[in-house]
Amino acid sequence: MKKWLWWVPVLAFVALIVVLASGLFLPADRTVRSAMIGQPLPEFALRAIVPGKPGLASTDFATGQPRLLNVFASWCAPCIAEAPILMRLKAAGVPIDGVAIRDTTPALQAFLARNGDPFYRIGNDRDSQVQFALGSSGVPESFVIDGQGRILHQHIGDIKAADVPTIIAAIKGAE
Amino acid sequence: MNMLPGRKIIVSLLLLLAAPTFADSNLPPAEYANKQISNPAKEAEARKLMETLRCLVCQGQSIADSDAEMAGDMRALVRQRIAAGETPGAVRQWLIQRYGDYVTYDPPLSPMTAPLWLAPLILLGIGGLIAARSFRRKRR
Repeated sequence: MKKWLWWVPVLAFVALIVVLASGLFLPADRTVRSAMIGQPLPEFALRAIVPGKPGLASTDFATGQPRLLNVFASWCAPCIAEAPILMRLKAAGVPIDGVAIRDTTPALQAFLARNGDPFYRIGNDRDSQVQFALGSSGVPESFVIDGQGRILHQHIGDIKAADVPTIIAAIKGAE
Repeated sequence: MNMLPGRKIIVSLLLLLAAPTFADSNLPPAEYANKQISNPAKEAEARKLMETLRCLVCQGQSIADSDAEMAGDMRALVRQRIAAGETPGAVRQWLIQRYGDYVTYDPPLSPMTAPLWLAPLILLGIGGLIAARSFRRKRR
């Protein structure tokens, strides 16, 4: 047997160690992203949950105007952190609609009274079914929907102050 | 701090009572999260599919095994769709369309997953080759 062949297992072993060590020091990204980006918004029609505020349906979107779809809940702590940023986006002229996950009217009313209400409409997604249809895997998440009702952009987690320009640019770009 | 011993105990006991913040809603689980479909054949189909679907928030568990609220809602989704006459394959496809192959523990053969299926065959081939060569050498 050729002498150099003996090095093959050694090199294979070193390569394995490199793969394992890099996995150890650079943990994989466990974010589950929606595969629906670029797709039309799935059809849905959610009932209202807050008196005086209409429910939300997919037909509310393809109106020629891009909108921000915010998946949130009154029981979600990062949603509280996100609320002032949503108010800021609203002030900047971004139309925002909400999908409330597993929520109740009194809890949601208290949440909106305390943290502000940036929403034009809020749909009641009692069993997370619209959340699944969107390919969303948690709260809060936001989707930029263009005027034709297509999903353009997904933001996972609460929108932070630093993300505001990105979101506004995505909305402006969708016009 | 200057606290009386009795007060210290009371304060520590009060800390036990402090409500931890749960990342879950206060609502009861969806109707079909833990309730079987009345048709046992369909329930068996749904169950089989649930065991191959990944819980999105726990990630190491199938939705059949997980107690997470979202896993319960996913079980309800699977049961309702199968009870309504959809095939397990269609429900699985619907979820893959939304979350990618990641959502299933039974990933389809694609360029990305091909090494998973091909590597064992290749390694077996190399092993066979080495074995054959060493046997040949012994006979000499």
